[in-house]
Amino acid sequence: MSESHLSEAKRVTRPVVNEVELIIPMLPDMEITATQTACSVAQYMKFDPDRIDEVKMALVEAIINAFEHSKSQDGKVRIKFVIADDSLTVVIQDHGKGFEINSIEKPDITQKLKAEYKRGWGLMLIENLMDTVYIESSEHGTTLVMSKNRV
Amino acid sequence: MSDLFNLTVEEHADYAIIRTEGYVNNLGGERIGEAADQLIEQGVKKLVLNFEKSNVVNSIGISILIEVIEKVVDVDGRICFCFLTKTIEKTFNIMGLTQYAEIYETEADARASLA
Repeated sequence: MSESHLSEAKRVTRPVVNEVELIIPMLPDMEITATQTACSVAQYMKFDPDRIDEVKMALVEAIINAFEHSKSQDGKVRIKFVIADDSLTVVIQDHGKGFEINSIEKPDITQKLKAEYKRGWGLMLIENLMDTVYIESSEHGTTLVMSKNRV
Repeated sequence: MSDLFNLTVEEHADYAIIRTEGYVNNLGGERIGEAADQLIEQGVKKLVLNFEKSNVVNSIGISILIEVIEKVVDVDGRICFCFLTKTIEKTFNIMGLTQYAEIYETEADARASLA
């Protein structure tokens, strides 16, 4: 490589982002496959087993939400694990029809016991099991970004 | 995964133990619900759910457990869970299930509480 090419290469060098990407089909129990990757990545980052379990549970909820509600045409969910020094960020993305974030009601067990519809817990669980959660949704799809600190 | 879900039921004089094995998702939850329905119809009011071999659940499965809790509450019964992983116990706490269901470390502890 010539000197001019080397300097060109230096100019376009970007900070290294350590990511693991996974695309899963919307098939029954495929969320468990994703939790196996989450487990491997979090173990690599030296998360303790309880925190790994919490990431896995939140991931299961995020994926089954996408499976059930997105009505995605491509039938796929994209998952990205972003490794940072002190935290693991998981991005779950579908290309479905999206939803109105403000329309989601916080479930209450006393009401749910008597209600016909006993579901609707996923987002509440994700928010309680992870340290930060961010959701963006439009008619082009939904992206949920959730992070867990290592300690 | 779903094919691997199993449960066994052990009936005693005034309570029953349901021991599960595998992922408590919609299918696993339905299996638990069916077993619990049958027991409640037989007049059993006290249930122990042993999750020693179920370390993954999802909120769909738990929603079916809420149906079981509702039915147990309706007959003034009691429902006890045991051998929950820390995360499943935390999940039950977040959802408020522990207001209506009891959690014990071991099956022996749960059974002793029902004696």
